[in-house]
Amino acid sequence: MVAIEYYVILSAILFTLGIVGVLIRRNAIVIFMSIELMLNSANLAFIAFARQYNELNGQVFVFFVMTVAAAEVAVGLALMVTIFRTKHSIDVDQLSSLKG
Amino acid sequence: MLLREAAATNYFNLVPWVVFFPVLGILINLLVGGRLREKMIGVIASLAVAASFAVAVLLALSLNDQHAGTIIAFMNLEWISIGDLHIDWAFRVDTLSVTMMLAVSGVGTLIHIYAIAYMHADVRHHQDPTRYRRFFVFFNLFIVMMMILVSADNYLMLFVGWEGVGLCSYLLIGFWYDKGKGGANHLDGISNALAGKKAFITNRIGDFGFLIATFLMFGAFGSLQFDTVFTKAPFASQGTILAITLFMLLGVAGKSAQLPLYVWLPDAMAGPTPVSALIHAATMVTAGVYLVARSHELYALSSQAQNIVALVGGLTALFAATIAVGQFDIKKLLAYSTISQLGFMVAAVGMGAIVAGIFHLVTHAFFKALLFLSAGSVIQGVEAGHHAMEHGSIKESKHKRGEHLNEGGEFDAQDMRNMGGLSRRMPVTFVVYLVGALALAGIFPLAGFWSKDEILAEALHLHPAVFVLLIIAAFFTAFYMTRQIWMIFFSKPRSRPAEYARENSLLLTLPLILLAVLSVFGGALNLPFWHTLTHWLDYTLAEGAKVGSFNYLVAGLSTVLALAAIALGIFLYGKRYQAQAKLPAAQRPVDPVQPYLRGAFTGIQHKWWIDEFYDWLILRRYVALSRFLSYRFEERFWHDWLHDNAIAGSFRQTAHFLAQPVDLGIIDGIANGLGTISQRFASWIRRAQNGFVRSYATWVLAGMVIILGYLILR
Amino acid sequence: MSLNLIFFLLLALIAVLSAVGLLASRSALYSALYLIINFATVAVMYLTLHAPFIAIVQITVYAGAIMVLFLFVIMLLGAEHIGSLHPQRWFLPLALVLGILLLAEAIIIIFTQPNLLPEAQVISSDFGSPKAIGELLFNQYLLPFEATSILLLVAMIGAIVLTKPEKK
Repeated sequence: MVAIEYYVILSAILFTLGIVGVLIRRNAIVIFMSIELMLNSANLAFIAFARQYNELNGQVFVFFVMTVAAAEVAVGLALMVTIFRTKHSIDVDQLSSLKG
Repeated sequence: MLLREAAATNYFNLVPWVVFFPVLGILINLLVGGRLREKMIGVIASLAVAASFAVAVLLALSLNDQHAGTIIAFMNLEWISIGDLHIDWAFRVDTLSVTMMLAVSGVGTLIHIYAIAYMHADVRHHQDPTRYRRFFVFFNLFIVMMMILVSADNYLMLFVGWEGVGLCSYLLIGFWYDKGKGGANHLDGISNALAGKKAFITNRIGDFGFLIATFLMFGAFGSLQFDTVFTKAPFASQGTILAITLFMLLGVAGKSAQLPLYVWLPDAMAGPTPVSALIHAATMVTAGVYLVARSHELYALSSQAQNIVALVGGLTALFAATIAVGQFDIKKLLAYSTISQLGFMVAAVGMGAIVAGIFHLVTHAFFKALLFLSAGSVIQGVEAGHHAMEHGSIKESKHKRGEHLNEGGEFDAQDMRNMGGLSRRMPVTFVVYLVGALALAGIFPLAGFWSKDEILAEALHLHPAVFVLLIIAAFFTAFYMTRQIWMIFFSKPRSRPAEYARENSLLLTLPLILLAVLSVFGGALNLPFWHTLTHWLDYTLAEGAKVGSFNYLVAGLSTVLALAAIALGIFLYGKRYQAQAKLPAAQRPVDPVQPYLRGAFTGIQHKWWIDEFYDWLILRRYVALSRFLSYRFEERFWHDWLHDNAIAGSFRQTAHFLAQPVDLGIIDGIANGLGTISQRFASWIRRAQNGFVRSYATWVLAGMVIILGYLILR
Repeated sequence: MSLNLIFFLLLALIAVLSAVGLLASRSALYSALYLIINFATVAVMYLTLHAPFIAIVQITVYAGAIMVLFLFVIMLLGAEHIGSLHPQRWFLPLALVLGILLLAEAIIIIFTQPNLLPEAQVISSDFGSPKAIGELLFNQYLLPFEATSILLLVAMIGAIVLTKPEKK
């Protein structure tokens, strides 16, 4: 059994990488994938703590997170297709009509 | 056998259905009525009321077993609970309320059936067939409200029904609110609406009285529930009881069209004829009588109140009867007759002869509904003749035909001077009208004879002065009914439309025949020596009902008077009318009785100028006061002086001072300075809003980092 | 250094490298492939953490279904090549600095809060088995479980509505 600190730190690293990915990439699909990466890192922490505490609830929660992520991907990708249809691009920097 | 078994179980729990069946009818007609054929709408509405009647019959059967009746709290619903005031939605089932339910729903069913045919023609006559459904919705709503009124267990619920029927009355008087010619103010097209308004406002005065009575009752007894009020009433002071009963009398005068608030009822005839029959003759206007009967224990405590009520009733009976003599409009005459008969009932219940009053209420519902419906049949017959003439082959100028035109200059199918000789054209209508008229005149052995005689006999030993008033009114009653019968049905037609009048369909005449049968045998409810109704109501009225002995003297006197009046009527209208008809127009009197009554007839014809008097006494004063308030007070004092000079002037000066040096110099300086600063700041910070979603995310992350950092370093 | 730890570090290295590859590759297609590697690695870690059921779900749903959907959309839009550099020069360093700060803070919290991480509990042999998870899911979490079905249905409808061609 590896100490839990390792898992938590790995989870933190992956999460940070996910955040950085969201910030530095312009491709909306890659941003989306980075978000998935962040969700995944959170899941890892959950599973690690579930093992640590002998609590199966953590695993069930991960299960729900995955379901929600699946729903989110379906809608998000549909949105992306729609955006692409009107803007002919999925570069988020071109979607700047909120500019004040 | 079957009846006994049925009665053994008790049906009291069904009582909410007397209200809900008509509600159901309304809902069906509202929801799907638009897709139904016209006849189906009428059938649904009629069935709803008939079902209500069936429930009332079941209740009566149950009561036959358990005389005391009961109070059914509907689903234990508490309606109002504020402080000491607790009012439940409860239905009262006792012999009095069930008698009213039977009368309302029974007569109501027949009138609904009649209306199926009548409104079919009426909506076409007024060229708006879409209102057919609306009519039956209103009609059912009226039954709902009337049932709430009679089944109420407390004064406030009774008031709900009381206001509800008033609303329906208003809606139905003004049913053709955009029609109606002439009228008191010669305003084209809205006279029906004005009539509805008049009824509503006059009733409002009465309702005000009723409300005050209710408040007083709550103040004195702490409850509005009938039983509680009646048990506590004997311990209240005389003055309280007198105030309650007299304010209640004001309500009664409004709803039951008594002096001095009767003026709305004749105008209410602007509504379609079934409305006049159901609401303004048979049921709603008797609500006041019911109220007094229901509260008889209060009235019994104050002989002064009883005295006043009886006098009001007696005076109304005579007063309205005299006016009826001079009317030419077939429905207005019946309206005044209704007022007069209501006077009989109010006088009866006022004297404490509750059973006699309720008995007359029931029989009157039969024959007055019959008369109104027959009048409707006559009107439609004549209208049909008029229609056939206008669009048929016969063409003549209107004046050549000698028609009496209404104030709008059109042929008036309700003017009895345009009728005559209809007995041959409309035989069924003639026979039932005759039955109704004889019943109203009080001819043995029709229903009216028994009920009217009971009132007269009671009056003789309870209140002789009222007896005199009533017996004179009875004489007039017989006279004006003879006059009406003769003018409508006998001699020769006095206008071309009358010559072409035709009998109506069976659907229209069938309810008439049934009502005629009821008018003949209705007296059997309370024959002398049997007193069925007296014993029946005695379970509820306890001390109110006294079994009066049949008074041969009174019966004989009233019969003789009625026969004399009929003979006089036949002489005047059978003989003189024909003779006078041959005179040249200039010498022809307006009416055969005019030469005998002279000035008095003018008074009768103008309804004793009561409307004008009210106009002068109340409306003029009111308008003058309004004018004074608006011109003198509002315009001159309030507006010109106080507002313009005192307030506005000083305000303007202060404002000027504030505007120039203070506002422009100091305030604007601060405001503009603030504006400039925030503008500059905004244009700087605006750069953050670059529209790039990633930069927003960066700021979020930065915030997160800062907060975490703070938590660590804390 | 135990064999377990070596194995873990190896997996962690693959996970981190694949995540970096996700960020750095110019093509969205490669990014997706790196992400699949990452997911698979994490799934193996789940197995070591006694979560076999979740591990299989991770592979089938995440690395399987969802990533196929990603790839499908990338192919469909044909938009995998978009420059990764931000037009504003200072933006990339700022993001990196902030990221490093966040990581540093997380690590500080992990090591300075001694009570945060508990001792490992003894677990039973069927911990994380499909049977155990199923029992929990269909008893204690029945309502949320049913709610997720609604959520998925809504997502499905939403996706259909959003991608439906507009009517003229």
